[in-house]
Amino acid sequence: MEKVNVKDKEIVVPGEVVAVGMSYLPGQGIYRKGDSLIASLLGLVRIEGKVIKILPVSGKYLPKRGDVIIGKVKDINFSGWSVQTNSAYPAMLSMKDGSSDFIRRGADLTRYFNIGDYLVTKIYNVTSQNLIDLTMKGPGLRKLEGGRILHVSPSKVPRIIGKQGSMVSMIKKAANCNVIVGQNGVVWIKGADPKDEILTVETILKIEKESHISGLTDRIKGFLESKGKKVTGE
Amino acid sequence: MAYKKRLDGRKFDELRKIDAKVGIIKNADGSAYFRIGKTVAYAAVYGPRDLYPKFLQDPKKGILRCNYNMMPFSGAGNRVRPGPSRRSREISYVTENALSPVVNLEDFPNAVVDVFIELPQTDAGSRCAGICAASMALADAGIIMKDLVSAVAVGIVDGQICVDLNYDEEAHEEGDVADVPVAFIPSTGEFSLLQMDGKIKKKDLMKALEMGKKAAQTIIDVQRKALKAKFEVDNNE
Repeated sequence: MEKVNVKDKEIVVPGEVVAVGMSYLPGQGIYRKGDSLIASLLGLVRIEGKVIKILPVSGKYLPKRGDVIIGKVKDINFSGWSVQTNSAYPAMLSMKDGSSDFIRRGADLTRYFNIGDYLVTKIYNVTSQNLIDLTMKGPGLRKLEGGRILHVSPSKVPRIIGKQGSMVSMIKKAANCNVIVGQNGVVWIKGADPKDEILTVETILKIEKESHISGLTDRIKGFLESKGKKVTGE
Repeated sequence: MAYKKRLDGRKFDELRKIDAKVGIIKNADGSAYFRIGKTVAYAAVYGPRDLYPKFLQDPKKGILRCNYNMMPFSGAGNRVRPGPSRRSREISYVTENALSPVVNLEDFPNAVVDVFIELPQTDAGSRCAGICAASMALADAGIIMKDLVSAVAVGIVDGQICVDLNYDEEAHEEGDVADVPVAFIPSTGEFSLLQMDGKIKKKDLMKALEMGKKAAQTIIDVQRKALKAKFEVDNNE
């Protein structure tokens, strides 16, 4: 007997039998046991054809190759910088990947990035032991000057960015702020007026709180308009 | 067969009143509150995060580190001596063992998931309440786990098999009394915690464990409901 026990976008908890039958495939957050598919994460179910997966609603950042993240320089050693990534694992930015300049041996690395600096950087490799290699070579990767840092749950990052960046660009235009969202849940916000920055922070926190409720874009649009900002359409 | 009616008027297979909530400690990655009768447990989960001292790290799998603590004022009036004790070390250890079969530790090598269980009020069954709270908190923290774990105490009071003993029953003076805390994984039907204190016949123990399974199923439903309740849509806004 084959059947799906849940509706699309329903919340499931670990151990719940999501579907029965061999014609469904387990995606992220689902495992198969005998005939049934069982959830192993707390989150929203998505049914995409034959594949059933779970979008997590919480959890720490797990590093993935190709992710653009915002990290903080923690230490400087012989070969480069070690960076805090908001995950359980250490990240290294080697001299070679940190700058395109020729860096002489024994040169002062603080000239490039100092301890405490925030960087927009890209993960180019994750080892089997989850050690992270970073690079600064790529469009938009740079050291962040000024602005403010906000920490959000990494599982909410796709909601904050929106489809093809629609959500974040709406906020950027409406609040007149520069916003960079790292996949690790660190957000950098900089605007000419501190009031705009505060509005942006409020908006992002609102998205984080209400992301699992449908009609998010319209609600955020309404929220920005209620604060007296003009929201232009897509 | 002197024990015909339970001291608090419950049926023999009836649990105490359960209350569960998720996401109550904002600083933690996941947290839960679990109350059964007069026993209250809070659990907070942090991690996966890096593990120090470094020699504890295991490059093959992550570590689940539990800490069980009864607060000084949590007992029946006599002060519980604060700080680690032989008893709390033991319970932390069995809690770890009760939870690790469901947690996918291979996902975070060299890292640790910290589980802190605090009990502000106890009336027997505290390790079970702690395990229930901890498994909800782990799920709330977004950790990949095969199933939730629920735990309950079963036992025998003067010849009568009971479920979820309270302190007065554990301390019953006539006849044999046994207290058997169990933790149950519903999807596999396995027990991940089984301890015993007292005297019980094998036949009675088997019967008690069956009752425990049924009771654990009831607790699982409460835990699931609590996890889902966190995301219920507030339409009044």
